[in-house]
Amino acid sequence: MLQTISILVENKPGALMRITGVLSARGWNIDSLTVARTLDPAQSRMTIVVDIDPVLRRQVMKQMNKLINVLQAWDLTESLAVRREMALVRVRTTPANRAGILRDAEIYGARVVDATADGFGLECTGPVEKVEEFIDAMKTFGGIDVTRSGIVAVSMESRRLRLAPPVQAGMNGAAEHPNC
Amino acid sequence: MSNLMTGANILVECLLREGVDCLFGYPGGVTLPFYDVLYDEKVKHYLVRHEENACFAAQGYARSTGKVGVCCATSGPGATNLVTGLVDALLDSIPIVAITGQVSTKLIGSDAFQEADTFGITRSCTKHNFLVKSAADLPRAIHEAFYIAASGRPGPVLVDIPKDVFVGVAHYEPVGTIHLPGYKFSSEGHAGQIRRAAEMMWDAERPIVYAGGGIIAAGASGSLRELVERIDAPAVCTLMGLGALPSSHPNFISMPGMHGSYAANMALTDTDLIIALGARFDDRVTGRLDAFAPHARVIHVDIDPVEIGKNRQADVPIVGNLGPVLERMNAVLAELAPSQKARRSADRKAWKETIASWAAEHPLTPPVSDTEIKPQHLVREIDRLSGGDAIVCSDVGQHQMWGAQFLRFNRPRLWLSSGGLGAMGFGLPSAIGAQIANPGRLVFALVGDGGFQMSIPELGTVANNNLPIKIVVMNNGYLGMVRQWQELFYNNRLSSVALPGFPDAAMLAGAYGFPGRTVEDPGEIGQALDDAVRHPGPYLLNVKVSSFECVYPMVPAGAAINEMVLGPPKAAAV
Repeated sequence: MLQTISILVENKPGALMRITGVLSARGWNIDSLTVARTLDPAQSRMTIVVDIDPVLRRQVMKQMNKLINVLQAWDLTESLAVRREMALVRVRTTPANRAGILRDAEIYGARVVDATADGFGLECTGPVEKVEEFIDAMKTFGGIDVTRSGIVAVSMESRRLRLAPPVQAGMNGAAEHPNC
Repeated sequence: MSNLMTGANILVECLLREGVDCLFGYPGGVTLPFYDVLYDEKVKHYLVRHEENACFAAQGYARSTGKVGVCCATSGPGATNLVTGLVDALLDSIPIVAITGQVSTKLIGSDAFQEADTFGITRSCTKHNFLVKSAADLPRAIHEAFYIAASGRPGPVLVDIPKDVFVGVAHYEPVGTIHLPGYKFSSEGHAGQIRRAAEMMWDAERPIVYAGGGIIAAGASGSLRELVERIDAPAVCTLMGLGALPSSHPNFISMPGMHGSYAANMALTDTDLIIALGARFDDRVTGRLDAFAPHARVIHVDIDPVEIGKNRQADVPIVGNLGPVLERMNAVLAELAPSQKARRSADRKAWKETIASWAAEHPLTPPVSDTEIKPQHLVREIDRLSGGDAIVCSDVGQHQMWGAQFLRFNRPRLWLSSGGLGAMGFGLPSAIGAQIANPGRLVFALVGDGGFQMSIPELGTVANNNLPIKIVVMNNGYLGMVRQWQELFYNNRLSSVALPGFPDAAMLAGAYGFPGRTVEDPGEIGQALDDAVRHPGPYLLNVKVSSFECVYPMVPAGAAINEMVLGPPKAAAV
């Protein structure tokens, strides 16, 4: 079963590498990953979908929370959360199929974002299953190119963010060691 | 007065502010501006002979004092050479700040001369790392590095500094506070859980304290001793925890695990309550995990929540710093004591008698021979001179296990050993750091002939600084531990483990300008060690020991810890 992990992270170089490192060190493949800035530009929100051995799930969440740049990592797999994905689909087709494409697009709530003589660019947003069904439907009309965003998720439960307070600098070194 | 300073000067300012009095390193192209400032000797720099040893020496400093150790390397090969030392510090939770030079920011990513992606390479080798992009960012990065290295669960932190950042100028303002909002660690421990743990300790019939390196990192050995005495429980200390409880303490059994004593492993198998304090149920301790301590409930105290429930589920998990947690626990234990101590005294007595009978059944006894020096005999002789007070830096392998079995330690931070990573070549360079940090103390580098030959170049560092380290090579002519496994599990097919041609110790040490000697007569070993210790400077003692001795007891890989092999297979009767 796939897990959905939501991570609030400091927007710093290397933060993504540290997080994916927890997964890649165990040889796990990431199903999807999205990152973007939050309201606070100093922070980013990541949504990772990954197939984690259930026994190790808690362990992995703790390892992510241990990373210095991670403000908080949540496992949304079994919690109340909205998950959505977007697909941009380029369909090449014959004039005869154009009406059919537009009809199916309407059924799936997809929007036409570009139209040319040989086809359409379509945008479909929704739960993963719906997006996948839309892609399957478009395949019947001819050759398609697809770019999927990966899942973004937002928790519907109220979660308190616990952060560390500032500390005095220069207090932790090799101070008061006279021998050297 | 202008506070406009170069990055290199800012770096030294920050190191001074962190109280750094020395660092271990090796210069190179991109760190030239830094070494130019070091020339003024505000911070003493010790030049080692290989960057890996700079990190090991910094660890010797850190492990023996509890302070942050600092090492330095140039870009590219300098930085990649640090990697083994960093992982070693990571696995043993040793506070290290590593400073590496990097090619100029403009050149990063261009395969420039001596460029390596140090930030990427060391991501998984460190607790955290930094790539500093401007001189103005340097103070914050350095102070954050020291804070991260020393606090919470300690570990290595690397700061990668490009050449143009060293030479670039910025207005230096001392950093007042640092804020790492995501870096949370709990200190106090949950009061309710501590009470539950204390009650459980009194309830248990056969409790055992299982203390690890976390006790030493937290400086909590006093509280550990108080707890052990309060509940009168027997205790084992892991390889990393040796010295957390004095070896002479009546409740101390020994190290447990793969080469632990019979009594320690039987006690862990039979106990009904494991009190795990700053230990991580490592596979070398537990043997086959599903057969480990089958009757025991577990109290697990650790500052790192990742360790709790990782290998063994805890009945009472407590996340916190062992210092304050044990203090509170002792207070609660004392509160409960009047009603509980008497109730449990008979059980405790019986439990200790059981353990004593195991210890008597299969004691750890060093064999002694008239014709050859037994390696265990050598360790006992070192112990005689140490009296539990010398610092002993070990390498990795058989001598390390015999050291752990037969050396006594009266206090923490005397036994310096590469535990988690098991990095050969650790012994001599860590002794350099330890001796520099503890100039008045007797320091042994107890090394095998394998590991010693990985670190021979550091004899130069020893000689240059006239460090009075007593280097004792337990020389069996083999990579002993690997040979032991080949003997026991690979039909004695000794594949690439023989090390013939060990250099003449007197000539080798002599070439560096200090005395050395080879001993092979068991009658001479005591005197030879006395002479080495009495000599005011460094001394290299090459001790030829029996080649085919194996470390026992031994828990074979995949076996439960009560399934020990206690000695060599008996020769068939003639």
